[in-house]
This record gives sequence, structure tokens and C-alpha cells, in this order.
Amino acid sequence: MLIELHNIHKTYDNGQPLHVLKGIDLGIEQGEFVSIMGASGSGKSTLLNILGILDNYDEGEYWLDGKLIKNLSEKEAAHYRNQMIGFVFQSFNLINFKTAVENVELPLYYQGFGRKKRNELAMRYLEHFGLAEWATHYPNELSGGQKQRVAIARALITNPRILLADEPTGALDSKTSVEVMNLLTDLNRTEKVTIIVVTHESGVANCTDKIIHIKDGIIGETTMNEQHKASVFGTSTIMK
Amino acid sequence: MRRKILRFDIDTYREITDALVRNKRRSLLTGFGIFWGLFMLLFLIGGGKGVKSLLMRNFEGFASNSIVIAANETTKPYKGFKEGRSWNLQYTDIERLKVLVPELEVVTPELPEWGLSATRDEYNVSCHAKGVRADYVKVETPSMKFGRFLNEVDVQQKRKVCVIGERIWQSLFPDGDDPCGQFIRVGSVYYQVIGVDVSTSNINIGGSSAESVTLPITVMRDLLNSGESVGMICAIGREGVNMSDLEGKIRQVIARQHYIDPKDEEAIMVLNMEVMFRIMDNLFRGVNFLIWMVGIGTLLAGAIGVSNIMLVVVRERTVEIGIRRAIGATPRDILSQIVLEGVALTIVAGSSGIVFSVLLLQLLEVIAQHKTIFQIDFGTAMAALLLLGLLGLLAGIAPARRAMNIKPVDAMRDE
Repeated sequence: MLIELHNIHKTYDNGQPLHVLKGIDLGIEQGEFVSIMGASGSGKSTLLNILGILDNYDEGEYWLDGKLIKNLSEKEAAHYRNQMIGFVFQSFNLINFKTAVENVELPLYYQGFGRKKRNELAMRYLEHFGLAEWATHYPNELSGGQKQRVAIARALITNPRILLADEPTGALDSKTSVEVMNLLTDLNRTEKVTIIVVTHESGVANCTDKIIHIKDGIIGETTMNEQHKASVFGTSTIMK
Repeated sequence: MRRKILRFDIDTYREITDALVRNKRRSLLTGFGIFWGLFMLLFLIGGGKGVKSLLMRNFEGFASNSIVIAANETTKPYKGFKEGRSWNLQYTDIERLKVLVPELEVVTPELPEWGLSATRDEYNVSCHAKGVRADYVKVETPSMKFGRFLNEVDVQQKRKVCVIGERIWQSLFPDGDDPCGQFIRVGSVYYQVIGVDVSTSNINIGGSSAESVTLPITVMRDLLNSGESVGMICAIGREGVNMSDLEGKIRQVIARQHYIDPKDEEAIMVLNMEVMFRIMDNLFRGVNFLIWMVGIGTLLAGAIGVSNIMLVVVRERTVEIGIRRAIGATPRDILSQIVLEGVALTIVAGSSGIVFSVLLLQLLEVIAQHKTIFQIDFGTAMAALLLLGLLGLLAGIAPARRAMNIKPVDAMRDE
């Protein structure tokens, strides 16, 4: 198992305690393409934050690639994030004053790679996603789809164990959404990247092989979705 | 492959300069606070120095341990004389002072006359004359542009020669020629010019030296028919002697000779240069203190402003910092980024502040003629920069702490 969660609890305490995760048990194998679905407030973002070592949990155990991720110092957490996890965000979260290629190479900067090596590797990833000619453009000169592809390149450049995508199509139109989901599917099939997508759109979830429903802080049903027929709107559609 | 603490190499450098250069507005805003603070401090210090040297020019060439004595009407009745009596200092007083007050190195008389005019050909200028002995140079060091000062022989032989001040030379010799050997008329007598004294000192016994004609005292004495009396007596103490301590003794010697009540302070006018110099010194110490107060206040205000702007900047950069944290930057990485950005900005803005104030002070120096020193020295500039660095570091603490506390999750929340 690449990811194992045992009885994860998480309570936010902003004046009034809010029990968000109420005992999550979850296992994800190497190379899986999984989506976590749930309405807003269901706790899916909190779960993603914990999976991404962006947030702590109160109770239970989280094993990532055989390592117990618990009570890490900020430094260790940063180290694990850098080495093992790639993030793709709904709002792309590219750094505005850096060009596409500089954004892609930033994780390598924090690993201590030299500029030349970084640049070389980043260009290779951008080429792979067909963005070579946009390499020196700033994010505000790119379309939404291009931005998300840059973000995916940035997430993958450290060769992470898992790619965490938080509503990766949330800010895109339906056509680019399909492109991005196809890109993720392709990465999973050819590069065997483990991908976890968090979404509330059934169409997006339908692109993945396994759908984990989360509701009120606990895991509901888990749908195996190899045939991609989970969407009520039919196959190969992304509801918008 | 993990980075060391506060690594500094070409990559870090590029990372920092990129962040600063590509966010020009906020870099300029922050940098300006630093620039202005340092500029104001250095400019004030330089200005203070300039004013001081301007004022000190008035004292130039004047012996600081000298004393000038002049006669005034008595204000107290004494030994049968009633108050309001006029009296004169006399040549004998000089010898008496020399003998009775051995701490005095030089005692020399001066005979002044005001309201004269000097004439040469069609040129005419109002002036005043003073008759002195050759040893007068010890009281007021002349700064000769042409020729020489009076000497013993001039005095002994009653030569009709004179040393003229700068203003008189300019008025009577508008071509700026060497006037030595030429004759000018002062009052009704012709004198041969032997020198031009351009000393700028404004402590003058008997008026400004720029407007005075200095004659041998013997010539002056015959002219005024002043007999044994002299206008003033100038005295200089030996090295290490405190003139304020001698003042009482000098008064006593004069008072006894002229039947003046020893308690009659007003009858004997004593101008103690040492006291004047001390007053000036204190004044400048006060001015300097004020300058540093204001300067440091400005610098402090600048630092607080910078701190404020940096807090806003960190707030503005929450998403960026969150992203950096999400993709593997440790809090230390963030701290070093913020601190190094601050240091780079301080160095650039601070040096421009120094350069700008130095340029402006140099300009003032050029405008304010010769001998006025406005320019700050290297040490002052470095001290100010160091002070600024310290303040910058203090100013950076709060923003850096806030930046370090930014969680990667904030990047996603802050949309």
C-alpha cells in the first residue's frame, strides 16, 4: 500500500469545535487513479490537506510509502512534501512574477539543484506537455488550460509518489476540463503516476478508476469505476 | 541534496533579485523609506557640519586664550572719585600687566579709529583704522594674500605703511592687482600699502578685518595725538593657562592703577575669548545633539514605515509563500528569502541614500565658497549604514515572523 489511513480524526477549533473527519480508513495502492467525491463541507478538502501533509490530524495513523506521517516538524513536512507529493490546485497557484519554466523548476530549487540542471529538466517537462514555446511567458499570458498544465508539470518535476489534485478543473471550461482530465489519465496509464483527485463534480470523478465518496466526515461507498460509467450523464462527459 | 541554512550562492541571488526586480512598485516603496531615512540623517549631519564650519570661519585665526580689555565709565564712586568718570588705558598698563601677571605671554595695545574713508584715484571706500604693534599677529593671525604684515621696524620708524583688508583691496583695486607699493589715502594721510590681509575672522577688535586698515601704532598715536592712552589692550595667556582664572587678577591690576572700585565690573570691559569659544562649543554640541536626535528620529520613522510596508507585502505575498511552502520550502527557506530580500534592498537603497546626500553636500560645498566643509566623512556614512542595518533587522522581525507562520493551506484559502 502506498497510502494507508487508519481511523483519522480531525477537529477544527475556531471558537466552536468542528469535528470534520470522524474516523477515515483508506488505502490507496501504487499506480491507482482515485477520486474523492463529496459535497462542500463533507471534509474532502481537509482529507486532501492531511494526505498532502499540509495539515495535521488529531487521531489515527497516516502511512505514506511506509513512513508514518505524524507530528512532523515544519521542516520535515516540507521535506516530505517536496520529495513525495505533487500538488495541483483549483486556482493553479502559479507564482505571478515567475515565468512558466521558472514556476516548474521551483520545487527543484528547494531541493538544491543548480540552475542549469533545473532549467533543463523543467524544459523537458514543458515540452512533454506541449508548452515549450510558452516557457518564457508569465502566468497572466497563458490560458487556463495552459496554466493548469504548467502546474501539473511543476507537480511532477520532483518525480513524486503521489499527485494530489484539488478540483483541477474547477476554474476551467468544459473543453479544457476534458483536456486536463485526459492528461491526468494519460499520466496515470503511461507513467504509472498515482493520482488522487478531489472534486465535487461527478463528471470529473467519472474519469478516475475508483471513486471514494465522503460524507459528513466518514467514507461512504467506494465505487470501482474501470468502465467509467458512474456518471448519470453517461460516459466520457464532464458535467459543467 | 538539502540546502544549508541561509545558503547564499548565485541561485539564491537570482531568486532574490528576481523577486525584487519583478515587483518594482513594492520594492521601490520599501526602498524609498530606507533611502529617505539615511539621506535625511546624513544630510542633516553634513548640514550641521557645514553651518559649524561656516560659523567657525568667524573665529579663524583668533587666539582662543586671549582677552581684550577696554576702558568704560565707572559706575561706582571710589576713593573720592564719583561715579560716571571717564578714564583711559595707558601704555604703562601693558608693562604693569606683563610684570604683575607673568602668566600672560603677550600684552599688546591697539588704537582704533572708526568712520574713516580710504581713497585711491577715483575709488573710495569707508573703512576704519587700527594702530597695532608687530606682535599683534599673535592675537589675530593675519592671512596674507599679498605682501607682509607690519613689523618692528615699521613701528619703530613710524613708517607710513598699511595693511589693508580684503574689502578695501577689492574696492580700491578692482582689477585684483597686487597693491603692494601703491599709495592710498586714509583720512588726510597717504600710506603705502605693504600687504593684504584676507583673514575671514569676524571676531575683530575694532571692527571687521575685511574693512580695516592696519597701521603702525606709533603712526596712529601721532595722528590721533592720543598721548599715553591706548584704546584697548589685548593679552594672550601662556599655554595651559586658563584665562578665566586670570581675569580677576587682571582687573585688580588695572583697577588699582586707575583708582577704580575693584568691585566695579562695568568700568573695565573684559572680553574673554575663551568664554566665547566655550559658548560656541556648547552651542555646537547642542546643535549636533539635535541633529542626531532628528536624524535618528527620521531613520526610526523610516524603519517603522518599512516594517509596515513589509507587513503589507507579506500579507500580499501570502499565496506565493503558501505555494512555496506547499512545494517544499521550509519556514527557514522563507525566512532567509524575506531577510535576504530585505538586506539586498537595504544595501541598494541605503547606498543610493549615501550617494545622494554626498552629492548634494558636495554641491552645497561648491556653492558655499572655499573652506566650508559640508561633506560627511566615510566613518559617519558607515556608522549610519550600520545603524540603518540594525534598524532594518529590527523592522524585519515582525514581517518575517508573520511570513514564517504562513501555512501552505493559506495558499488555497486565500483566493
